[in-house]
Amino acid sequence: MITALAIENLCKVYGNGLEALKGVSLEVEKGDFFALLGPNGAGKSTTIGIICSLLTKSSGKVTVFDADIDVDFPKAKKYIGVVPQESNFNEFEKAQNILVAQAGYYGLPAKLARERSAKYLKRLGLWEKRNETSRLLSGGMKRRLMIARAMIHEPRLLILDEPTAGVDIEMRRSLWDFLREINESGTTIILTTHYLEEAEALCRNIAIIDNGRILEHSSMRALLQQLHREVFILDCVGTLPETIHLDGFNARRVDAHTLEVEVEKGRQLNTLFAALNTAKIEVSSMRNRANRLEEMFVSLVEGAA
Amino acid sequence: MSPREQYVAFITILFKEIRRYTRIWAQTLLPSAITMSLYFVIFGSLIGSRIGDMGGFDYMQFVVPGLIMMAIVTNSYSNVVSSFYGSKFNHSVEELLVSPTPNYVILMGYVLGGVSRGVLVAMIVTGVSMFFTELHIYNAFVVVAIILLTAMLFSLVGFINAIYANSFDDISIVPTFVLTPLTYLGGVFYSMDLLSEFWSNVSRLNPLVYVVNAFRYGMLGVSDVSLPFAFGMIALFTVAAFTYCMYLLNSGKRLRQ
Repeated sequence: MITALAIENLCKVYGNGLEALKGVSLEVEKGDFFALLGPNGAGKSTTIGIICSLLTKSSGKVTVFDADIDVDFPKAKKYIGVVPQESNFNEFEKAQNILVAQAGYYGLPAKLARERSAKYLKRLGLWEKRNETSRLLSGGMKRRLMIARAMIHEPRLLILDEPTAGVDIEMRRSLWDFLREINESGTTIILTTHYLEEAEALCRNIAIIDNGRILEHSSMRALLQQLHREVFILDCVGTLPETIHLDGFNARRVDAHTLEVEVEKGRQLNTLFAALNTAKIEVSSMRNRANRLEEMFVSLVEGAA
Repeated sequence: MSPREQYVAFITILFKEIRRYTRIWAQTLLPSAITMSLYFVIFGSLIGSRIGDMGGFDYMQFVVPGLIMMAIVTNSYSNVVSSFYGSKFNHSVEELLVSPTPNYVILMGYVLGGVSRGVLVAMIVTGVSMFFTELHIYNAFVVVAIILLTAMLFSLVGFINAIYANSFDDISIVPTFVLTPLTYLGGVFYSMDLLSEFWSNVSRLNPLVYVVNAFRYGMLGVSDVSLPFAFGMIALFTVAAFTYCMYLLNSGKRLRQ
Protein backbone atom coordinates (compact mmCIF):
# COMPACT_ATOMS: atom_id res chain seq x y z
CA MET A 1 0.00 0.00 0.00
CA ILE A 2 1.34 3.44 -0.93
CA THR A 3 0.34 6.28 1.37
CA ALA A 4 -0.58 9.50 -0.42
CA LEU A 5 -0.88 11.54 2.75
CA ALA A 6 0.26 10.75 6.26
CA ILE A 7 -0.41 13.16 9.11
CA GLU A 8 1.03 12.42 12.53
CA ASN A 9 0.04 14.21 15.68
CA LEU A 10 -0.51 17.53 13.92
CA CYS A 11 -1.03 20.51 16.21
CA LYS A 12 -1.75 24.12 15.39
CA VAL A 13 -2.00 27.00 17.81
CA TYR A 14 -2.76 30.38 16.21
CA GLY A 15 -1.14 33.59 17.36
CA ASN A 16 -4.27 34.51 19.34
CA GLY A 17 -3.94 31.31 21.37
CA LEU A 18 -6.68 29.38 19.56
CA GLU A 19 -5.77 25.69 19.52
CA ALA A 20 -7.19 24.66 16.14
CA LEU A 21 -5.61 21.21 15.87
CA LYS A 22 -4.93 19.01 18.90
CA GLY A 23 -2.91 16.08 17.62
CA VAL A 24 -4.58 15.12 14.35
CA SER A 25 -3.38 11.88 12.80
CA LEU A 26 -4.71 10.30 9.62
CA GLU A 27 -3.62 8.41 6.56
CA VAL A 28 -4.94 8.53 3.02
CA GLU A 29 -4.03 5.76 0.60
CA LYS A 30 -2.90 6.40 -2.93
CA GLY A 31 -5.90 6.37 -5.28
CA ASP A 32 -8.39 6.93 -2.47
CA PHE A 33 -11.39 9.25 -2.60
CA PHE A 34 -11.33 10.53 0.97
CA ALA A 35 -13.78 12.73 2.85
CA LEU A 36 -12.68 15.00 5.68
CA LEU A 37 -15.85 16.12 7.39
CA GLY A 38 -16.57 18.30 10.37
CA PRO A 39 -18.69 21.21 11.50
CA ASN A 40 -17.62 24.80 10.92
CA GLY A 41 -14.45 25.61 12.85
CA ALA A 42 -13.60 21.94 13.40
CA GLY A 43 -10.11 22.21 11.90
CA LYS A 44 -10.64 21.02 8.30
CA SER A 45 -9.35 24.15 6.57
CA THR A 46 -6.49 24.49 9.06
CA THR A 47 -5.40 20.93 8.25
CA ILE A 48 -5.59 21.63 4.52
CA GLY A 49 -3.81 24.97 4.95
CA ILE A 50 -0.88 23.25 6.65
CA ILE A 51 -0.66 20.49 4.00
CA CYS A 52 -0.42 23.01 1.18
CA SER A 53 1.81 25.49 3.09
CA LEU A 54 -0.60 28.37 3.54
CA LEU A 55 -0.35 27.85 7.29
CA THR A 56 2.58 26.80 9.45
CA LYS A 57 2.15 23.92 11.85
CA SER A 58 2.97 24.18 15.54
CA SER A 59 4.11 20.55 15.74
CA GLY A 60 3.60 17.17 14.11
CA LYS A 61 4.58 15.60 10.83
CA VAL A 62 3.05 15.71 7.36
CA THR A 63 4.24 13.48 4.52
CA VAL A 64 2.88 13.67 0.98
CA PHE A 65 3.81 10.47 -0.88
CA ASP A 66 7.59 10.30 -0.26
CA ALA A 67 8.06 13.96 0.66
CA ASP A 68 8.16 15.13 4.28
CA ILE A 69 7.12 18.79 4.27
CA ASP A 70 9.84 19.60 6.82
CA VAL A 71 12.51 18.08 4.59
CA ASP A 72 11.42 18.83 1.01
CA PHE A 73 8.31 21.01 0.88
CA PRO A 74 8.79 22.00 -2.79
CA LYS A 75 8.62 18.30 -3.76
CA ALA A 76 5.49 17.83 -1.65
CA LYS A 77 3.93 20.91 -3.24
CA LYS A 78 4.48 19.46 -6.70
CA TYR A 79 2.36 16.47 -5.71
CA ILE A 80 -0.52 18.61 -4.43
CA GLY A 81 -3.28 20.52 -6.19
CA VAL A 82 -5.55 22.54 -3.96
CA VAL A 83 -9.00 24.04 -4.51
CA PRO A 84 -9.61 26.56 -1.72
CA GLN A 85 -12.95 27.33 -0.14
CA GLU A 86 -13.05 30.93 -1.34
CA SER A 87 -12.19 32.36 -4.73
CA ASN A 88 -8.60 33.65 -4.68
CA PHE A 89 -8.00 34.86 -8.22
CA ASN A 90 -6.67 38.13 -9.40
CA GLU A 91 -10.10 39.42 -10.40
CA PHE A 92 -8.67 41.35 -13.34
CA GLU A 93 -6.89 38.43 -15.01
CA LYS A 94 -8.46 36.47 -17.82
CA ALA A 95 -9.43 32.86 -17.09
CA GLN A 96 -6.86 31.34 -19.43
CA ASN A 97 -4.08 33.65 -18.21
CA ILE A 98 -4.77 32.51 -14.64
CA LEU A 99 -4.24 28.88 -15.64
CA VAL A 100 -1.16 29.55 -17.78
CA ALA A 101 0.42 31.59 -14.96
CA GLN A 102 -0.30 28.84 -12.43
CA ALA A 103 1.35 26.31 -14.76
CA GLY A 104 4.37 28.62 -14.93
CA TYR A 105 4.67 28.64 -11.14
CA TYR A 106 5.11 24.85 -11.36
CA GLY A 107 7.77 25.27 -14.05
CA LEU A 108 5.67 24.01 -16.97
CA PRO A 109 6.90 25.38 -20.31
CA ALA A 110 4.59 27.87 -22.04
CA LYS A 111 3.49 25.48 -24.84
CA LEU A 112 2.52 22.73 -22.39
CA ALA A 113 0.85 25.32 -20.15
CA ARG A 114 -1.35 26.51 -23.02
CA GLU A 115 -2.26 22.92 -24.00
CA ARG A 116 -3.13 22.00 -20.42
CA SER A 117 -5.16 25.15 -19.88
CA ALA A 118 -7.16 24.45 -23.06
CA LYS A 119 -7.70 20.84 -21.95
CA TYR A 120 -9.10 21.72 -18.55
CA LEU A 121 -11.04 24.76 -19.69
CA LYS A 122 -12.81 22.57 -22.25
CA ARG A 123 -13.29 19.66 -19.85
CA LEU A 124 -14.86 21.94 -17.23
CA GLY A 125 -17.04 23.83 -19.69
CA LEU A 126 -15.14 27.13 -19.51
CA TRP A 127 -13.55 27.29 -22.95
CA GLU A 128 -16.03 29.92 -24.16
CA LYS A 129 -15.13 32.05 -21.13
CA ARG A 130 -11.35 31.77 -21.52
CA ASN A 131 -10.94 35.47 -22.36
CA GLU A 132 -13.28 36.74 -19.64
CA THR A 133 -11.75 38.35 -16.56
CA SER A 134 -12.43 36.16 -13.57
CA ARG A 135 -14.56 38.77 -11.78
CA LEU A 136 -17.14 38.46 -14.56
CA LEU A 137 -17.55 34.70 -14.05
CA SER A 138 -20.49 33.30 -12.08
CA GLY A 139 -19.92 31.57 -8.74
CA GLY A 140 -20.14 28.13 -10.34
CA MET A 141 -17.71 29.10 -13.08
CA LYS A 142 -15.24 30.39 -10.51
CA ARG A 143 -15.44 27.05 -8.70
CA ARG A 144 -14.71 25.21 -11.94
CA LEU A 145 -11.87 27.57 -12.77
CA MET A 146 -10.33 26.89 -9.34
CA ILE A 147 -10.53 23.15 -10.06
CA ALA A 148 -8.94 23.67 -13.49
CA ARG A 149 -6.19 25.73 -11.85
CA ALA A 150 -5.54 23.02 -9.26
CA MET A 151 -5.33 20.39 -12.05
CA ILE A 152 -3.02 22.40 -14.33
CA HIS A 153 0.14 20.58 -13.14
CA GLU A 154 -1.79 17.27 -12.94
CA PRO A 155 -1.14 16.63 -9.25
CA ARG A 156 -1.08 13.17 -7.68
CA LEU A 157 -3.11 14.46 -4.72
CA LEU A 158 -6.04 16.82 -5.24
CA ILE A 159 -7.45 18.54 -2.16
CA LEU A 160 -10.84 20.22 -2.48
CA ASP A 161 -12.17 22.43 0.30
CA GLU A 162 -15.94 22.53 -0.19
CA PRO A 163 -15.74 22.57 -3.99
CA THR A 164 -19.49 22.48 -4.63
CA ALA A 165 -20.64 25.09 -2.10
CA GLY A 166 -23.12 27.39 -3.82
CA VAL A 167 -23.14 25.36 -7.03
CA ASP A 168 -26.46 24.32 -8.58
CA ILE A 169 -27.47 20.66 -8.60
CA GLU A 170 -26.79 20.07 -12.29
CA MET A 171 -23.33 21.59 -12.07
CA ARG A 172 -22.64 19.69 -8.87
CA ARG A 173 -23.44 16.40 -10.60
CA SER A 174 -21.17 17.27 -13.51
CA LEU A 175 -18.34 18.14 -11.08
CA TRP A 176 -18.90 14.80 -9.35
CA ASP A 177 -18.49 13.08 -12.72
CA PHE A 178 -15.27 14.98 -13.35
CA LEU A 179 -13.89 14.12 -9.92
CA ARG A 180 -14.81 10.44 -10.31
CA GLU A 181 -13.09 10.43 -13.71
CA ILE A 182 -9.80 11.87 -12.45
CA ASN A 183 -9.94 9.63 -9.38
CA GLU A 184 -10.36 6.57 -11.64
CA SER A 185 -7.37 7.76 -13.67
CA GLY A 186 -5.24 7.60 -10.50
CA THR A 187 -5.49 10.96 -8.74
CA THR A 188 -5.97 10.68 -4.99
CA ILE A 189 -8.70 13.03 -3.84
CA ILE A 190 -9.39 14.53 -0.43
CA LEU A 191 -12.67 16.36 -0.13
CA THR A 192 -14.22 18.49 2.56
CA THR A 193 -17.88 19.26 2.16
CA HIS A 194 -21.00 20.21 4.06
CA TYR A 195 -23.12 18.21 1.60
CA LEU A 196 -22.91 14.86 3.30
CA GLU A 197 -24.71 13.07 0.49
CA GLU A 198 -21.81 14.26 -1.68
CA ALA A 199 -19.29 12.56 0.60
CA GLU A 200 -21.45 9.43 0.76
CA ALA A 201 -21.82 9.31 -3.01
CA LEU A 202 -18.16 9.91 -3.85
CA CYS A 203 -15.86 8.83 -1.05
CA ARG A 204 -14.60 5.41 -0.01
CA ASN A 205 -12.93 6.46 3.23
CA ILE A 206 -13.73 9.14 5.74
CA ALA A 207 -12.45 11.05 8.72
CA ILE A 208 -14.65 13.16 10.95
CA ILE A 209 -12.93 16.00 12.77
CA ASP A 210 -14.35 18.21 15.49
CA ASN A 211 -12.75 20.68 17.84
CA GLY A 212 -9.30 19.89 16.45
CA ARG A 213 -9.51 16.13 17.01
CA ILE A 214 -10.31 13.20 14.74
CA LEU A 215 -13.50 11.55 16.03
CA GLU A 216 -13.72 8.80 13.42
CA HIS A 217 -11.37 7.50 10.75
CA SER A 218 -12.60 4.50 8.80
CA SER A 219 -14.11 3.31 5.55
CA MET A 220 -17.44 4.82 4.57
CA ARG A 221 -19.07 1.37 4.64
CA ALA A 222 -17.80 0.56 8.14
CA LEU A 223 -18.99 3.92 9.40
CA LEU A 224 -22.48 3.56 7.98
CA GLN A 225 -22.79 0.08 9.43
CA GLN A 226 -22.54 1.68 12.86
CA LEU A 227 -25.94 3.27 12.36
CA HIS A 228 -28.45 1.70 14.74
CA ARG A 229 -31.58 3.15 13.26
CA GLU A 230 -33.11 4.58 10.14
CA VAL A 231 -35.92 7.09 9.90
CA PHE A 232 -38.57 6.73 7.19
CA ILE A 233 -41.10 9.24 6.00
CA LEU A 234 -44.40 7.76 4.99
CA ASP A 235 -46.90 9.55 2.72
CA CYS A 236 -50.29 8.36 3.83
CA VAL A 237 -53.66 8.01 2.14
CA GLY A 238 -56.39 9.86 4.03
CA THR A 239 -56.09 12.07 7.08
CA LEU A 240 -53.98 10.85 10.00
CA PRO A 241 -55.40 10.98 13.53
CA GLU A 242 -53.91 13.53 15.95
CA THR A 243 -52.31 10.84 18.12
CA ILE A 244 -50.72 7.81 16.56
CA HIS A 245 -49.60 4.64 18.26
CA LEU A 246 -47.65 2.09 16.23
CA ASP A 247 -46.91 -1.04 18.21
CA GLY A 248 -43.11 -1.34 18.74
CA PHE A 249 -42.12 1.77 16.75
CA ASN A 250 -41.46 5.39 17.50
CA ALA A 251 -43.83 7.31 15.21
CA ARG A 252 -44.39 11.05 14.86
CA ARG A 253 -47.16 12.80 12.94
CA VAL A 254 -45.52 15.47 10.70
CA ASP A 255 -48.80 16.71 9.20
CA ALA A 256 -52.23 15.37 8.31
CA HIS A 257 -50.80 13.11 5.57
CA THR A 258 -47.20 12.51 6.61
CA LEU A 259 -45.77 10.19 9.23
CA GLU A 260 -42.17 9.77 10.44
CA VAL A 261 -41.16 6.37 11.82
CA GLU A 262 -37.87 5.13 13.36
CA VAL A 263 -36.86 1.59 12.47
CA GLU A 264 -34.04 -0.08 14.36
CA LYS A 265 -31.26 -1.65 12.34
CA GLY A 266 -31.93 -5.33 11.52
CA ARG A 267 -35.63 -5.09 12.10
CA GLN A 268 -37.81 -6.25 9.18
CA LEU A 269 -39.93 -3.65 7.44
CA ASN A 270 -42.76 -6.23 7.35
CA THR A 271 -43.27 -5.67 11.08
CA LEU A 272 -43.70 -1.97 10.38
CA PHE A 273 -46.31 -2.60 7.73
CA ALA A 274 -48.09 -5.03 10.07
CA ALA A 275 -48.22 -2.28 12.71
CA LEU A 276 -49.47 0.21 10.11
CA ASN A 277 -52.22 -2.23 9.11
CA THR A 278 -53.23 -2.65 12.72
CA ALA A 279 -53.44 1.14 13.10
CA LYS A 280 -55.45 1.28 9.85
CA ILE A 281 -52.96 3.60 8.18
CA GLU A 282 -52.59 3.24 4.41
CA VAL A 283 -49.25 4.24 2.88
CA SER A 284 -48.86 5.48 -0.69
CA SER A 285 -45.07 5.96 -0.67
CA MET A 286 -42.04 5.99 1.65
CA ARG A 287 -38.47 7.38 1.70
CA ASN A 288 -35.49 7.92 4.02
CA ARG A 289 -35.71 11.12 6.06
CA ALA A 290 -32.10 12.07 5.57
CA ASN A 291 -29.02 10.43 4.22
CA ARG A 292 -27.41 7.91 6.47
CA LEU A 293 -24.08 9.69 6.70
CA GLU A 294 -25.79 12.80 8.00
CA GLU A 295 -27.34 10.77 10.82
CA MET A 296 -23.96 9.28 11.69
CA PHE A 297 -22.23 12.65 11.48
CA VAL A 298 -24.71 14.30 13.80
CA SER A 299 -24.54 11.48 16.32
CA LEU A 300 -20.71 11.55 16.37
CA VAL A 301 -20.40 15.31 16.66
CA GLU A 302 -23.15 15.60 19.25
CA GLY A 303 -21.65 12.70 21.17
CA ALA A 304 -18.28 14.45 21.30
CA ALA A 305 -19.74 17.77 22.41
CA MET B 1 12.54 22.68 -8.84
CA SER B 2 15.18 22.38 -11.52
CA PRO B 3 16.96 25.57 -12.66
CA ARG B 4 14.95 25.43 -15.88
CA GLU B 5 11.65 25.24 -13.95
CA GLN B 6 12.76 28.09 -11.70
CA TYR B 7 13.53 30.18 -14.77
CA VAL B 8 10.02 29.46 -16.14
CA ALA B 9 8.48 30.50 -12.81
CA PHE B 10 10.56 33.70 -12.74
CA ILE B 11 9.61 34.64 -16.32
CA THR B 12 5.96 33.91 -15.51
CA ILE B 13 5.96 36.33 -12.56
CA LEU B 14 7.93 38.98 -14.46
CA PHE B 15 5.67 38.86 -17.54
CA LYS B 16 2.58 38.91 -15.34
CA GLU B 17 3.91 42.07 -13.69
CA ILE B 18 4.72 43.71 -17.03
CA ARG B 19 1.29 42.75 -18.38
CA ARG B 20 -0.32 44.25 -15.26
CA TYR B 21 1.26 47.69 -15.45
CA THR B 22 1.05 48.01 -19.22
CA ARG B 23 -2.65 47.02 -19.11
CA ILE B 24 -3.30 49.99 -16.80
CA TRP B 25 -0.76 52.29 -18.50
CA ALA B 26 -2.93 55.36 -17.91
CA GLN B 27 -2.47 54.82 -14.15
CA THR B 28 1.12 53.60 -14.21
CA LEU B 29 3.09 55.15 -17.09
CA LEU B 30 1.26 58.31 -18.10
CA PRO B 31 1.16 60.19 -14.74
CA SER B 32 4.97 60.35 -14.51
CA ALA B 33 5.21 61.81 -18.00
CA ILE B 34 2.64 64.49 -17.14
CA THR B 35 4.03 65.28 -13.67
CA MET B 36 7.58 65.52 -14.94
CA SER B 37 6.50 67.73 -17.86
CA LEU B 38 4.98 70.10 -15.29
CA TYR B 39 8.19 70.04 -13.23
CA PHE B 40 10.20 70.82 -16.37
CA VAL B 41 7.90 73.68 -17.33
CA ILE B 42 7.60 75.22 -13.86
CA PHE B 43 10.96 74.55 -12.20
CA GLY B 44 12.96 74.40 -15.39
CA SER B 45 11.63 76.94 -17.85
CA LEU B 46 9.64 79.39 -15.71
CA ILE B 47 11.34 79.56 -12.30
CA GLY B 48 14.63 77.95 -13.34
CA SER B 49 15.46 80.70 -15.82
CA ARG B 50 15.46 83.19 -12.90
CA ILE B 51 17.55 80.98 -10.61
CA GLY B 52 20.63 80.90 -12.78
CA ASP B 53 23.39 78.30 -12.51
CA MET B 54 23.38 75.49 -10.00
CA GLY B 55 26.48 73.33 -9.59
CA GLY B 56 27.95 74.84 -12.73
CA PHE B 57 24.96 74.03 -14.99
CA ASP B 58 21.82 75.90 -15.86
CA TYR B 59 19.01 75.01 -13.50
CA MET B 60 17.07 72.91 -16.02
CA GLN B 61 20.09 70.71 -16.72
CA PHE B 62 20.72 70.42 -12.98
CA VAL B 63 17.21 69.20 -12.06
CA VAL B 64 16.73 66.74 -14.94
CA PRO B 65 18.79 63.88 -13.38
CA GLY B 66 16.98 64.31 -10.04
CA LEU B 67 13.56 64.31 -11.69
CA ILE B 68 14.37 61.18 -13.70
CA MET B 69 15.57 59.52 -10.52
CA MET B 70 12.43 60.66 -8.67
CA ALA B 71 10.30 58.96 -11.33
CA ILE B 72 12.34 55.75 -11.05
CA VAL B 73 12.09 55.72 -7.25
CA THR B 74 8.33 56.30 -7.06
CA ASN B 75 7.45 53.96 -9.93
CA SER B 76 9.59 50.99 -8.95
CA TYR B 77 8.38 51.34 -5.35
CA SER B 78 4.71 51.76 -6.13
CA ASN B 79 4.70 48.95 -8.70
CA VAL B 80 5.83 46.32 -6.24
CA VAL B 81 3.94 47.62 -3.23
CA SER B 82 0.61 47.86 -5.06
CA SER B 83 1.00 44.62 -6.99
CA PHE B 84 2.15 42.45 -4.09
CA TYR B 85 -0.24 43.99 -1.58
CA GLY B 86 -3.05 43.62 -4.14
CA SER B 87 -2.26 39.93 -4.47
CA LYS B 88 -2.31 39.63 -0.67
CA PHE B 89 -5.60 41.51 -0.51
CA ASN B 90 -7.39 39.30 -3.07
CA HIS B 91 -5.51 36.22 -1.83
CA SER B 92 -4.11 35.47 -5.28
CA VAL B 93 -0.68 35.38 -3.62
CA GLU B 94 -1.79 31.91 -2.47
CA GLU B 95 -1.34 30.74 -6.06
CA LEU B 96 2.38 31.35 -5.59
CA LEU B 97 2.60 30.20 -1.99
CA VAL B 98 1.13 26.75 -2.72
CA SER B 99 3.46 26.29 -5.70
CA PRO B 100 7.03 24.97 -5.43
CA THR B 101 8.44 28.30 -6.68
CA PRO B 102 11.36 29.18 -4.35
CA ASN B 103 11.04 32.37 -2.33
CA TYR B 104 14.00 34.08 -4.01
CA VAL B 105 12.37 33.48 -7.42
CA ILE B 106 9.13 35.07 -6.17
CA LEU B 107 11.09 38.05 -4.85
CA MET B 108 13.18 38.47 -8.01
CA GLY B 109 10.08 38.20 -10.20
CA TYR B 110 8.34 41.03 -8.38
CA VAL B 111 11.51 43.13 -8.04
CA LEU B 112 12.43 42.82 -11.71
CA GLY B 113 8.82 43.74 -12.51
CA GLY B 114 9.32 46.94 -10.49
CA VAL B 115 12.72 47.55 -12.10
CA SER B 116 11.24 47.15 -15.60
CA ARG B 117 8.58 49.77 -14.82
CA GLY B 118 11.16 52.09 -13.29
CA VAL B 119 13.36 51.79 -16.39
CA LEU B 120 10.43 52.23 -18.77
CA VAL B 121 9.26 55.35 -16.93
CA ALA B 122 12.86 56.65 -16.87
CA MET B 123 12.95 56.31 -20.66
CA ILE B 124 9.63 58.17 -20.99
CA VAL B 125 10.70 60.97 -18.64
CA THR B 126 14.09 61.25 -20.35
CA GLY B 127 12.28 61.50 -23.69
CA VAL B 128 10.06 64.27 -22.28
CA SER B 129 13.06 66.12 -20.83
CA MET B 130 14.64 66.29 -24.29
CA PHE B 131 11.87 68.70 -25.31
CA PHE B 132 13.11 71.12 -22.63
CA THR B 133 16.87 70.72 -22.49
CA GLU B 134 19.86 69.14 -24.11
CA LEU B 135 20.62 65.69 -22.73
CA HIS B 136 24.13 65.02 -21.37
CA ILE B 137 25.58 61.61 -20.60
CA TYR B 138 28.91 62.00 -18.79
CA ASN B 139 29.36 58.31 -17.87
CA ALA B 140 26.91 55.80 -19.39
CA PHE B 141 28.03 52.98 -17.08
CA VAL B 142 27.24 55.02 -13.97
CA VAL B 143 23.89 56.07 -15.44
CA VAL B 144 22.80 52.50 -16.22
CA ALA B 145 24.20 51.04 -12.98
CA ILE B 146 22.52 53.67 -10.80
CA ILE B 147 19.20 53.32 -12.61
CA LEU B 148 19.20 49.54 -12.11
CA LEU B 149 20.46 49.62 -8.52
CA THR B 150 18.01 52.33 -7.49
CA ALA B 151 15.05 50.65 -9.14
CA MET B 152 16.03 47.39 -7.45
CA LEU B 153 16.48 49.03 -4.04
CA PHE B 154 13.09 50.76 -4.08
CA SER B 155 11.34 47.70 -5.49
CA LEU B 156 12.70 45.73 -2.53
CA VAL B 157 11.58 48.41 -0.08
CA GLY B 158 8.16 48.38 -1.74
CA PHE B 159 8.04 44.62 -1.24
CA ILE B 160 8.74 45.02 2.49
CA ASN B 161 5.97 47.63 2.73
CA ALA B 162 3.56 45.28 0.91
CA ILE B 163 4.28 42.43 3.30
CA TYR B 164 3.63 44.58 6.37
CA ALA B 165 0.62 46.43 4.95
CA ASN B 166 -2.80 45.53 6.33
CA SER B 167 -4.80 47.96 4.22
CA PHE B 168 -4.51 50.15 1.14
CA ASP B 169 -3.88 53.08 3.53
CA ASP B 170 -0.71 51.35 4.69
CA ILE B 171 0.71 51.23 1.19
CA SER B 172 0.23 54.96 0.67
CA ILE B 173 1.63 56.08 4.04
CA VAL B 174 5.27 55.33 3.21
CA PRO B 175 5.26 56.99 -0.25
CA THR B 176 3.42 60.03 1.08
CA PHE B 177 5.10 60.58 4.42
CA VAL B 178 8.54 59.05 3.88
CA LEU B 179 9.46 58.66 0.23
CA THR B 180 8.24 62.00 -1.10
CA PRO B 181 9.86 64.12 1.66
CA LEU B 182 13.13 62.19 1.35
CA THR B 183 13.06 62.68 -2.42
CA TYR B 184 12.41 66.42 -2.18
CA LEU B 185 15.12 66.74 0.51
CA GLY B 186 17.48 64.47 -1.42
CA GLY B 187 18.98 67.21 -3.55
CA VAL B 188 16.70 66.89 -6.57
CA PHE B 189 16.10 70.65 -6.77
CA TYR B 190 19.18 72.06 -5.04
CA SER B 191 22.85 71.47 -4.46
CA MET B 192 23.82 70.53 -0.93
CA ASP B 193 26.38 73.35 -1.05
CA LEU B 194 23.43 75.66 -0.40
CA LEU B 195 22.79 74.03 2.99
CA SER B 196 24.49 74.90 6.25
CA GLU B 197 27.03 72.35 7.45
CA PHE B 198 24.58 70.95 10.00
CA TRP B 199 21.77 70.36 7.50
CA SER B 200 24.23 69.12 4.91
CA ASN B 201 25.40 66.47 7.40
CA VAL B 202 21.80 65.59 8.29
CA SER B 203 21.03 65.20 4.57
CA ARG B 204 23.72 62.58 4.28
CA LEU B 205 21.54 60.23 6.35
CA ASN B 206 19.05 60.33 3.48
CA PRO B 207 19.65 57.46 1.01
CA LEU B 208 18.04 59.53 -1.77
CA VAL B 209 20.98 61.95 -1.56
CA TYR B 210 23.35 59.23 -2.78
CA VAL B 211 20.96 58.03 -5.48
CA VAL B 212 20.31 61.50 -6.89
CA ASN B 213 23.94 62.63 -6.71
CA ALA B 214 25.40 59.46 -8.19
CA PHE B 215 22.95 59.71 -11.08
CA ARG B 216 23.70 63.40 -11.53
CA TYR B 217 27.37 62.47 -11.71
CA GLY B 218 26.57 59.93 -14.46
CA MET B 219 24.76 62.58 -16.47
CA LEU B 220 26.60 65.82 -15.69
CA GLY B 221 29.86 64.73 -14.07
CA VAL B 222 29.15 66.65 -10.81
CA SER B 223 28.10 65.29 -7.43
CA ASP B 224 27.81 66.54 -3.83
CA VAL B 225 29.00 63.17 -2.52
CA SER B 226 31.84 60.85 -3.44
CA LEU B 227 30.79 58.45 -6.22
CA PRO B 228 32.37 55.27 -4.75
CA PHE B 229 30.79 56.08 -1.39
CA ALA B 230 27.41 56.66 -3.07
CA PHE B 231 27.68 53.33 -4.92
CA GLY B 232 28.72 51.63 -1.71
CA MET B 233 25.77 53.05 0.22
CA ILE B 234 23.23 52.14 -2.46
CA ALA B 235 24.67 48.62 -2.74
CA LEU B 236 24.62 48.28 1.04
CA PHE B 237 20.98 49.40 1.29
CA THR B 238 20.08 47.02 -1.57
CA VAL B 239 21.76 44.00 0.04
CA ALA B 240 20.16 44.84 3.39
CA ALA B 241 16.69 45.18 1.82
CA PHE B 242 17.11 41.93 -0.15
CA THR B 243 18.24 40.07 2.97
CA TYR B 244 15.29 41.39 4.95
CA CYS B 245 12.82 40.48 2.17
CA MET B 246 14.19 36.93 2.12
CA TYR B 247 13.89 36.74 5.90
CA LEU B 248 10.24 37.85 5.68
CA LEU B 249 9.44 35.35 2.92
CA ASN B 250 11.28 32.43 4.55
CA SER B 251 9.70 33.06 7.95
CA GLY B 252 6.26 33.48 6.37
CA LYS B 253 5.66 36.63 8.42
CA ARG B 254 2.37 38.31 7.45
CA LEU B 255 1.92 35.75 4.65
CA ARG B 256 1.46 32.44 6.43
CA GLN B 257 -0.23 32.28 9.83
